Amino acid sequence: MDRQLISSQVLSALKGIAPELDVECLRGDRSLREEVDLDSMDWLRFIEALNKRVGIAIPEADYQQVQTLDTLVDYLLQKGTTSADPPLISP
Amino acid sequence: MIEFNLPSLGADMDEGTLLEWKVQPGETVRRGQVIAVVDTAKAAVEIECWHDATVAQLLIEVGTKVPVGTPIALLLAPGEDASSAALAPRITGHERIETPRAVGSRPRISPAARKRAAELGLDATLLKGSGPHGVITLDDVESAGRAATPPDRNQAMRQTIAMAMSRSKREIPHYYLCETLALGNAMTWLQAHNAQCPLQERLLPSVLLLKAVALALRAYPRLNGFWRDGNTFEPATGSDLGVAISLRQGGLLAPVLHDVAAKSLPQLMSELANLVERTRSGALRSSELSGAGMTVTILGDQGVDTVIGVIYPPQVALVGFGRISERPWVHEGQLCVMPTVVSSLSADHRASDGHYGARFLVELGHLLQQPENL
Repeated sequence: MDRQLISSQVLSALKGIAPELDVECLRGDRSLREEVDLDSMDWLRFIEALNKRVGIAIPEADYQQVQTLDTLVDYLLQKGTTSADPPLISP
Repeated sequence: MIEFNLPSLGADMDEGTLLEWKVQPGETVRRGQVIAVVDTAKAAVEIECWHDATVAQLLIEVGTKVPVGTPIALLLAPGEDASSAALAPRITGHERIETPRAVGSRPRISPAARKRAAELGLDATLLKGSGPHGVITLDDVESAGRAATPPDRNQAMRQTIAMAMSRSKREIPHYYLCETLALGNAMTWLQAHNAQCPLQERLLPSVLLLKAVALALRAYPRLNGFWRDGNTFEPATGSDLGVAISLRQGGLLAPVLHDVAAKSLPQLMSELANLVERTRSGALRSSELSGAGMTVTILGDQGVDTVIGVIYPPQVALVGFGRISERPWVHEGQLCVMPTVVSSLSADHRASDGHYGARFLVELGHLLQQPENL
């Protein structure tokens, strides 16, 4: 999966949690949770949505590595290429 | 014949507007089934039936605003039949529209106009009728709709919160206590649990905090209950906790998580997730809006160190948790780094004293040291 596809999956998942989100205003180098105002329940829903979309269940221990939109996309891209499991993308 | 009344929708909600009937006369309903949807200043609420019964008659129409406690339907108990309950005269659909059972002062309005008024969010009792005998017509509603500014849910929400919180600060002599609690054991246990279970079964720290509050309340019942008119304290019978949930568009609700002390952590997690989702999507049930003996507010890990809350009347206490964060801590004479949380208790001095409240917070801290027993 390429960067653009992952990025669009991430943004769709975010929109599912925060429908009022203006994607244009999102700063990729800032804390995603602060930018989108995600509480811990929102965050967990978001991680679940990502798992459904790209087939990667981010463990809690890795949360530090996925704090911004940019680092999250990097992380998913890297896990996607090393993972043996085919990504699950719903049509 | 059972008179089904509009149930209480929380201390700050004394009326509701019928949005939809989910049942029809003749239909069998089970205890817990949603029979109607009612709009309040804060949210649309699903009204549950508390009887196994058959619907005999619906007493109010869609678009009608009625006070809590108003009979909205007549139900037949199991075994009862419509003829044995013939004391209530059967009213045909036609008659029901023309001469609705008087509920407060109802305006004379055509059914189409009433439906349209509900769609536009207009209060039919405030409209002027131009039809025969002052009946409000569809045209009256349309022109009022064009003149009115659209109803502002946020403003209604603010007014509702303002009313409940002003009442609280006016009537309740609050006292406040804070205590920093060590969460080293709890967070280690939680991380280990979450690392070895599937994503869908991960727990949030909030669930541990809620369970610990419910267990601590068993030993401190004077913090769990209601201050009633006539200056008496009525203890709550169970461990139903209100959970403050903020809404994305602003404002908040504190729906009820039932029987918290009796439930396992995974069960509480799934119920909390469900409650948050339905609160934010506006699909709460009437049984979830009142009856909590205490409210808990958890500002979460994006929040601040300390929250000191305002009690939600008629409750007598509120527990707040700030952000769980790693902070300097002295453990057995050694300075170390420890995840901690500042817990706070706002309590009603009419129902308890500071010494009692302090012992409650200390007990809460003890319970959180043994997360495996929660």
